[in-house]
Amino acid sequence: MSTVTTTVKPVMPAKHYLNDNYGIRSWLLTKDHKRIAILYLVSLTFFFFLGGIFAALIRLELLTPQGDLFQSDTYNKLFTMHGVNMVFFFLVPSVPATLGNFVLPLMVGAKDLAFPKINLLSWYIYMVGAFFSLATMVSGGVDTGWTFYTPLSSGYLRTHVALMAVGIIMAGFSSIFTGLNFIVTVHRMRAPGLTWGRLPLFVWSNYATSLIMILATPVLAITLILLALETVFHIGVFDPKYGGDPVLFQHMFWFYSHPAVYIMILPGMGVISELITCFSRKRVFGYSFVAFSSIAIAVFGFLVWAHHMFVAGISQYSAMVFSLLSMAVAIPSAVKVFNWTATMYKGSISLKTPMLYALGFIGLFTIGGLTGIMLAALGMDVHVHDTYFVIAHFHYVMVGGMVTAYLGGLHFWWPKITGRMYPEAPAKLAALITFIGFNLTFFPQFILGYLGMPRRYHSYPEEFQVLNVLSSAGASVLAVGFLLPLIYFLWSLKYGEVAGDNPWGATGLEWQIASPPPTHNFHEVPVVTEEPYAYGEGVAGVH
Amino acid sequence: MQFKLPLFPEQASSVAIQVDAFYLFLVLITTFFSLLIALLILFFIIRYRQRPDREAEQIHGSTLLEIVWTVIPLGISMVIFIWGAVLYYHIENPPANALEIYGVGKQWMWKFQHPGGQREINTLHVPTGRPVKVTLISQDVIHDFFVPAFRVKNDVLPNRYVYSWFTPTVPGSYHLFCSQYCGTKHSAMIGEVVVLKPDDYAAWLANGKAEGSLASMGEKLFQEFGCVTCHRPDSGARGPNLQGLYGRPVRLSDNRVVVADDNYIRESILNPNAKIVSGFQPIMPTFQGVVSEEGLIQITEYIKHLSSQESDPLNNRTTPTELRDNEVPTIQQELQQGNQPAPTPGKKP
Repeated sequence: MSTVTTTVKPVMPAKHYLNDNYGIRSWLLTKDHKRIAILYLVSLTFFFFLGGIFAALIRLELLTPQGDLFQSDTYNKLFTMHGVNMVFFFLVPSVPATLGNFVLPLMVGAKDLAFPKINLLSWYIYMVGAFFSLATMVSGGVDTGWTFYTPLSSGYLRTHVALMAVGIIMAGFSSIFTGLNFIVTVHRMRAPGLTWGRLPLFVWSNYATSLIMILATPVLAITLILLALETVFHIGVFDPKYGGDPVLFQHMFWFYSHPAVYIMILPGMGVISELITCFSRKRVFGYSFVAFSSIAIAVFGFLVWAHHMFVAGISQYSAMVFSLLSMAVAIPSAVKVFNWTATMYKGSISLKTPMLYALGFIGLFTIGGLTGIMLAALGMDVHVHDTYFVIAHFHYVMVGGMVTAYLGGLHFWWPKITGRMYPEAPAKLAALITFIGFNLTFFPQFILGYLGMPRRYHSYPEEFQVLNVLSSAGASVLAVGFLLPLIYFLWSLKYGEVAGDNPWGATGLEWQIASPPPTHNFHEVPVVTEEPYAYGEGVAGVH
Repeated sequence: MQFKLPLFPEQASSVAIQVDAFYLFLVLITTFFSLLIALLILFFIIRYRQRPDREAEQIHGSTLLEIVWTVIPLGISMVIFIWGAVLYYHIENPPANALEIYGVGKQWMWKFQHPGGQREINTLHVPTGRPVKVTLISQDVIHDFFVPAFRVKNDVLPNRYVYSWFTPTVPGSYHLFCSQYCGTKHSAMIGEVVVLKPDDYAAWLANGKAEGSLASMGEKLFQEFGCVTCHRPDSGARGPNLQGLYGRPVRLSDNRVVVADDNYIRESILNPNAKIVSGFQPIMPTFQGVVSEEGLIQITEYIKHLSSQESDPLNNRTTPTELRDNEVPTIQQELQQGNQPAPTPGKKP
C-alpha cells in the first residue's frame, strides 16, 4: 500500500489521460473509460439540472392551492419531464456510467473495460436517447407521467408519447451495454490475486446492478415498443377499447421499473461502503454480508413489482404474496445499514465532505427504506398509495439516498478524476445545506400524503397549503446545496490544490496510481495480496 | 393563506381508526430505528473521532450480530406483513349486506346512481352506521376513487367493475379525490362525500328526483334495445333465459363454467362472443358504443332484480342449455377447485 507523506507537496504528473491528447476528436472518439466517464458526467449533469428546473417550477406552482402559475397541461408536462429526465437520463446511469465507468476498471486493476468501443457506443446511444427526449420537450413535451399508464397514454393524450418512448428505449440500451461491459470486466479482467472475496464493495454493487440492467431493461424496451405500437396502430394489447388490458401494462412497466429502483440505489450503496471504510480507517464490518446483500437485493428486486399495484385491481392473494416478498427485500438493505454503522465502531473517524454525504445517506436511506416498508404493508398502502407519501418515500431513497451517494462519491474521487482537490469548507457547507434543504422539502410530504393529498395535482384544497409552502421553501434551500458543488468543482479545475496520488490515504488499486491516472492506468499489472479495506496496516491517516 | 397545519386526516369510517392504529405502530417502528441509527452514528463520530493518540481497531465482523440484525428485522417485518394483510383483506371485501351504490368515473367527473334511481355528479350521499358498497367503473381512462377520511382507495378501471366499501361513522362532508393521474384536469376531478344520519339520508333520498328505480330504468332499456325478443323465458328463445341468472354458474360452449356476476353480464352485452352459453349460437350483436356505462349498470340491476323475483329459477328452466338441478353442485365444486380459468375466488371482479 502506498504511504503518503505530508511533507512533500504533491505535483501534477507530467502525462495523464487528460493531457495525453487534445481536441474535440480526441474526446468524441475516445475509447478510454475515464474520458467516457467524463462525457457521461457532463451529459448527466445537464440532465440533472434540467430535471431540477422542472422540479423548481413544480414547487413554485404548488406554493398556492390554485393552479395559477401554469395551465394544467403545462403542469402535467412539467412533472412528466421531471420524472422522465431524472429517472431515465440521470438516476439510472448516474453512478455506474460516471463513477463506475471511471473507477471500476481501476479498482480491478484493468487497463480499461472489456469492450471499450461498446462503452463509447453506450454513450452515443444515450445521447441519441437524450436527443429524442429533448426533441420531445421542444416539440411540446409529453404529459403522461413518467409511468405512461394506459389507456391514458395510448389512447387519450395527443402529445409525443411514441417519440419519448423511443428516447427511453435508447437510454435503456445504453445501460444494457454498460452492464454487459461491467459484468465481463469483473469476470475476466481482475488483476492477479484479486479474488471475488477481495473485490471492493463498490465493484460488488455495480456487478449486482449490471445483472439487473441486462435482465430487466429489455422488458422496458418491449413494454414501450408495445405502447408505441398501441398508440400508433391500436394493436389492442393495453387499451380495453381494442380488447387489451390496461393492468397488463402496469405489470410489464413495473417488472422493469421496480428493479430499476435497485439499479438506481445499489451503486450508491457501493459508494457508501467505500466512504465509510476510508473515513473510519476501518475494514468493513461483515464484508461478505454486505457483498451478498447486494446480490440478494438484485435477485429479490425482480419479485416485488406488483407492490406498486395493490389498489390497481390485482388479485388479493397475489397482493399478499407481493407484500411478503417486499418485506424480504427490505432485510438485505437493513443488513447493509447495520454493517455500515458497525464499521464506524472503534474507528478513527474524520468528517471530510465525502463522509458527511455518506452519513447523510445512511440517515436518509434508513427513513426512505422504513417508509418503503410502510408502503409494502397492504392495509397501509391502500390509504397512502398515489399520495405525496409515495413521493416523499421515493425521494428519500432516490435523492436522499442515490443523489447523496453520487455527490459523496464525486467528492471522494474528484481528486483522482481531476488531480485537484475541491475546496473543503464550501463543500462541507454544501453538504449541510443539501441535508437541511432535502429534509425540509420532503419531510412535509409524508404528512401531506397521510392527510390524503394525491400526487400529480396541479391545484389542491387549501388545508394542504402550509405543508406545501414548507416543501417549496425547502426546495429553494436544496437548490443552493446542488448549485454550490457545480461552482466549486468548476473552480477547482483550475485553482484547486494539487491532490497527489492518494489524498485520503485510502486503500484500493485506484489510489496506487497517479492522479489523474495515466491513459493506460497501470504501468505494470498490479498484484493483489490482501483483502480490501486493509486499513491499519501501514496506511497513513487522512490529513 | 390561513395557517392550518393538520397532522391527521379526519376519521369518518369504521376502518379509519384501524388504519391509523397501524400507521402509528409503523411510525413508531420507523422512528425507533431511524433514531437508533442516528444516535449510534452521532455517538461514534464523537467517541471515535480521529485523534493522533489512537488508531482504529480493526474488527472483521461478527456472525452473531449479523444473525441478530437479520432475524429481528425479519420478525418485525412479518408482524407488519400479517397486520397489513389482515387489514387489507377487511378493506377489500365488502360485506354481503352492504347498501349498493354505483359510480362511473370519466374525464373529469364522478357520476353516482343510487338503487332508487337518484343520481348525483361529484357528490355522493351516504348514511352513517351501515356498510356502503360502491361498484365502480370508468368510461375512459383509469381513475381512482379515494376518500382520505374513510382510508379507502381503489383504481377505477375502464374494462371491469371494482368495488370499494366503507361504513361511514361521522356525519359531515369529506373529500373525494381521483388519485390516479387521468389527464389534463386530474386535479379538478374532486368531489365530496356527504355523510348523513340515517333519517336525514332517508329524507334526502325521498327528495331526490328519480325517474324510477335503477331496475325499472334497466327494464326500460331492456325493452328499448330489443333484448327481450331473444332473452325470453320460453323454449323457443334464441338467447339464454335471464331469469335467475345473476350469481349462478353458467356452462359455456367450450365447457368452461363461469359465475354470472356484474362483469360477466357487462362483457356479454359489450362483447357477446367472448363467452357463448352452451347450446346457443353466437348471433348476438355487440352493444359497444350503444349502451352507456350507466345504462349497463341499470340493465345489470334489472337482471339482478329478475333473480330476486324468482326464488327458484331452475324450475322455470325452458331451454336445454340451462343447468339441471343436479348439475349445480358439481359445477360449484369445479369452481371451488379452480380447474377452469373463470373467476378465481378472492379476485376483484
